[in-house]
Amino acid sequence: MSALLEVHGLTKRFGGITAVDTCTLEVQQGTITALIGPNGSGKTTAFNIITGYLKADAGTISFDGKRVEKPSPASLYRDGLSRTFQQARIFPDLSVLENLVVASSYSLRGLFQTRVSKQDRDRAGEMLEEFKLSSLSDLRGSELSYGQRKLLEFAAVLMSSPKLVLLDEPTAGVNPVMIETMERHIRSRHKEGVTFLIVEHDMQLVMRLCDPVIVLDRGATIAKGTPAEVQTNPLVLDAYLGD
Amino acid sequence: MTKAGILRAVIFFGGLALLPLGIEPVWVLNLLIFTLMYAALASSWNYIGGYAGYPSLGHAAFFGIGAYSIAIIFEKSVGRGYAPFFMLPVIGIAVAILSIPIGMIAMRTRADVFAIVTITLLFVAQTLAFNLRTVTGGAQGKGIAVPPFAISHFSWPFYYAMLLLLLLSMGISFYFRRSKIGLSLAAVKADEDKAHGVGVPVTFVKIVAFAASVGIAAMVGGVWAYYGGYIYPQFAVDPLITIGMVLMTFLGGRATLWGPVIGAFILVPAQQTFAYQFGGSQFYLLAYAAIFLVIMLILPRGILPTITDRLRTKAKLREISAALTAQEQEASR
Repeated sequence: MSALLEVHGLTKRFGGITAVDTCTLEVQQGTITALIGPNGSGKTTAFNIITGYLKADAGTISFDGKRVEKPSPASLYRDGLSRTFQQARIFPDLSVLENLVVASSYSLRGLFQTRVSKQDRDRAGEMLEEFKLSSLSDLRGSELSYGQRKLLEFAAVLMSSPKLVLLDEPTAGVNPVMIETMERHIRSRHKEGVTFLIVEHDMQLVMRLCDPVIVLDRGATIAKGTPAEVQTNPLVLDAYLGD
Repeated sequence: MTKAGILRAVIFFGGLALLPLGIEPVWVLNLLIFTLMYAALASSWNYIGGYAGYPSLGHAAFFGIGAYSIAIIFEKSVGRGYAPFFMLPVIGIAVAILSIPIGMIAMRTRADVFAIVTITLLFVAQTLAFNLRTVTGGAQGKGIAVPPFAISHFSWPFYYAMLLLLLLSMGISFYFRRSKIGLSLAAVKADEDKAHGVGVPVTFVKIVAFAASVGIAAMVGGVWAYYGGYIYPQFAVDPLITIGMVLMTFLGGRATLWGPVIGAFILVPAQQTFAYQFGGSQFYLLAYAAIFLVIMLILPRGILPTITDRLRTKAKLREISAALTAQEQEASR
């Protein structure tokens, strides 16, 4: 069986620094895969390349059985690969409802239709209900707290019914209750068949939630396995604790 | 469209349509024509400068292309006088289509770089107007045949042409706001990369906004040239025209429907008054800048957004205090 996302030999240099160095990884359909590694190990850069925000110097990416020749964020999103950002990025001047509608990946013809149609309202309404954001529906994005923004960003990228969601530190900077909320939402979506690739520093969450875990160090994959295997892998311990 | 919105539009456009009937002095009508002209220009500049957040400083280039198109086509004869007006839609659409490749290249840059790229466009157009002498007449300018309109109502056709262009310009603006084009443009303005990442067709909407915007500018330029009767490169492709529409939009409020129009209705009469008061000394430009500075200090986001924000805050406070009183009453019972 081929993986949902396959990355092979990915390399990216910034001047003299090789941020991602012949990185190879796979995300199997139906998993919640974690991507961990010390600061500066290239996790976010790898995310940016996979989602088309950065151009790789070398390497290949395949998504859903198809080779991605020229990754473009918009077309990947429409094909079912969504992502969130480390710093939650929402549209501050749009209402919470509009933040969801704008992410519903409409066609070019859809552009010429009503800004927020009855259908949009219904679909976004369901999503807001699921994320318990209904009462905030008419507020502007700028009026939300940081945790609420993270939730909203997550909810928004689900509007396109993605196959694979890349979450970049979904719980960074949010309170413990919100971490649980986030975890619950990830689990419930996972049950519905969405595959996840998560960059996360909260190791307890990673160990609870994810399987398998991929470890990156200096831009290369150094280990892959179940949380238990990775925790005891000497290479991993060395990467995190060694000099 | 809300009832209040329809009412506002009917009163505004109905009033303006009837206005010439009650106005005798030619200079007042002349002032109104320029006010309508800038209102239409500012309103269309707002598509790209306001909604999309791309501050184009090159719109005068397209205004000039429209002006020269009319001048070149109607140099010798305008028939009964209305032919140039009927030519405007053709010019508008042609300029909009021709602007697509220009927009695609210019909009690879953003913010301040985009402003510089587009202002370059303006000077390229002006230089061409000066130097393509066989087509434009160079520095000697180009005249347009005089229409056989009755002297007593000579300005009326131009007035109504400008009014219709304002209606068109605001109509498109309204349509953008109400469709997903406006939603997408707002996303582009806030965070273009993120918008791209959630599947918004960013390039397409930017091009739509840019092409519509400069198409209107070209049509307005056509009427302006015909009204003036004679055009020169330095006035047809004039940085002051670009600056005018930008200032008016900033003043009234970017990314609003009425803001640019309000800005034009304040700044054009103000500019004319100052120009009259200070005569040929060019001091009026200083006065012009001074009003702008003062208003930007008091209302940095423009008139309309500041007012609507204050109203919104007030309404919210009232809601909260009402809820509090209700709670107190509940408790005292």
